[in-house]
Amino acid sequence: MRIVRIAGLAIVGWLAVTPAMADDAHFCSVPAYLLSTDATLPNVAEAFKAKSPIRVLVIGSRSSVLSGPDGTVNSYPARFEAALRGKLPGIEISVATDLHPRETAADVVTKIEKVVQERKPTLVVWQTGTVDAMRSIDPDDFRAALDSGLAAIQKADADVILMNLQYSPRMETVLAATNYNDTIRVVAQEHGAPLFDRFSIMRAWTEAGDFDLFAQAHSIGVAARVHDCIGRALSKLVIEAARINPHDLEVR
Amino acid sequence: MTTLTASVSEPKAVSQDAGKPALPVVAGERELRLDLFRGLALWLIFIDHLPPNILTWFTIRNYGFSDATEIFIFISGYTAAFVYSRAMDERGFVISSARIFKRVWQIYVAHVFLFMIYLAEISYIATSFENPLYSEEMGILDFLKHPDTTIIEALLLKFKPVNMDVLPLYIVLMLFLPFALWLMRRIPDITLALAVLLYALTWQFDLALPAYPNGVWAFNPFAWQLLFVFGAWCALGGARRMAPILASRAALVMAVAYLLFAFYVTLTWHVPQLHGYLPRWLESWMYPINKTDLDVLRFAHFLALAAITVRFLRKDWPGLKSPWLRPVILCGQHSLEIFCIGVFLAFAGHFILAETSGGAGLHFVISMIGLVIMSCAAWLLSWYKAEVNKSGKRPALAVSADMVGSN
Repeated sequence: MRIVRIAGLAIVGWLAVTPAMADDAHFCSVPAYLLSTDATLPNVAEAFKAKSPIRVLVIGSRSSVLSGPDGTVNSYPARFEAALRGKLPGIEISVATDLHPRETAADVVTKIEKVVQERKPTLVVWQTGTVDAMRSIDPDDFRAALDSGLAAIQKADADVILMNLQYSPRMETVLAATNYNDTIRVVAQEHGAPLFDRFSIMRAWTEAGDFDLFAQAHSIGVAARVHDCIGRALSKLVIEAARINPHDLEVR
Repeated sequence: MTTLTASVSEPKAVSQDAGKPALPVVAGERELRLDLFRGLALWLIFIDHLPPNILTWFTIRNYGFSDATEIFIFISGYTAAFVYSRAMDERGFVISSARIFKRVWQIYVAHVFLFMIYLAEISYIATSFENPLYSEEMGILDFLKHPDTTIIEALLLKFKPVNMDVLPLYIVLMLFLPFALWLMRRIPDITLALAVLLYALTWQFDLALPAYPNGVWAFNPFAWQLLFVFGAWCALGGARRMAPILASRAALVMAVAYLLFAFYVTLTWHVPQLHGYLPRWLESWMYPINKTDLDVLRFAHFLALAAITVRFLRKDWPGLKSPWLRPVILCGQHSLEIFCIGVFLAFAGHFILAETSGGAGLHFVISMIGLVIMSCAAWLLSWYKAEVNKSGKRPALAVSADMVGSN
């Protein structure tokens, strides 16, 4: 545990110095198949080509933010912003969040259209399913909500990535995630939206020994590092799905 | 127990042709294949209830649409019909129904017992586990703050925690068994047709039982009754009548083709690279494969599996008597007890894994120990039952319920 923590700190420190080399870090690396996707992000790709700003909007619930004084800075939307800036120097990148704690997908959908039209994001990352799983919402209703939400986002000409539930081994006896993750996967496929498979990615980290997510951790440290890793993995998915080659930025 | 059942004549399900690939039970001989597959289903249910580990790759849900639940419910329908139909022959409708209701009560008590264990585990987690990463997910434990409603809803079978939804389904199915059996013994084909009709109506009108705090039962009894009634229909002669169809080459080809198709589709879930080879139209027609309402694809997958099994695994297969399969068969012979022990062991396994932050190795060990405990318990139950039967001079009828006595 201690070695992991030291390694984690070392890597975080090292990243701060050399952001462009983030890909070399072995800690919390994600198996390639979890980040490869057939779906594309045409708007992001276009913005990249035109070197115009990329505005990302994270729509999510409570698990998209950490509590505490540094919660917002440490949580994955901010880490994702930092990682993406590091990967795409010279492009203006902004990540905003629109969080709806304790709201099901159906609740969130009623607000999506408005918020997407107001903020005109290039890309929406929609983290969903947790509240629905907790309240065991009917899978058909959940699916219908996702359907109309994705339709609304795509109608507003924004790209969209769906993010599924967290892997929480301790809660497995209480929280049945599988059905909801399956539904998210299917709806993402149907809409041609990339899926950020947070569940499988976090499980891969546990299996690789990067994090012990079974353990009781009262401190914010592990949580912050998990969010940092999620942010970086998400930035890789965006680059992968948008079919961007960051080296193009250097050849001017 | 096998010897005692031999004394009871069993005119209905006597197989005319032992070589036919059907499931009829010869009088006096326990159908070991039923026990084997029910035991196997119990093992798989236990493994599926633990967090994913190496053994999970041996469970059938990774290779097709259906899983152990289908096997369990089908065989339960089969054995229940077989045993209680015989009881109706001998003791009449009223007494047999009373025995069925006594059985329902036992299952209900077992469910409440498991719920107590579940509550104990969850309460422990709620007070001891605190990880800022999961502050949202921890909210699900809020139901502990309202024990009044939670416990009452659980007693009403509306609050069903994860892994605890098979028994309530079973209770409802058994509750309607006397009526279904009464009908089935007079007009078997029409009864099956009625079950299909109810299934169709369920899909058409979204019939469901409400759950607490919201949503519906994870296993919709209106849909899953089809499998139960189908099992009963097979037990009361349907299997024998279907035998020529199952023996045909066309049935084999269709079953194998469907199993391969299901395997391929399942493979695309695990190997996303393959996903591109699945036609879009097929996908939109096929998904979601609904477990709650027993999707037709799942039912068909179970049928295909069963058809292949009865064709290639004859009931006189010597392996059924081998000591290696004995633990599975014993588990299948005491299914209610073993099911409950399995659910309990899954909770306990979770708990140990959580407390020790065990890795894959410990995970594997826990699964294996669980299977060993289940087998030992089944062996103990068999031994005890045999001893009791030896000493007491009970009428053959009471003992003939043995087959279902533990389902």
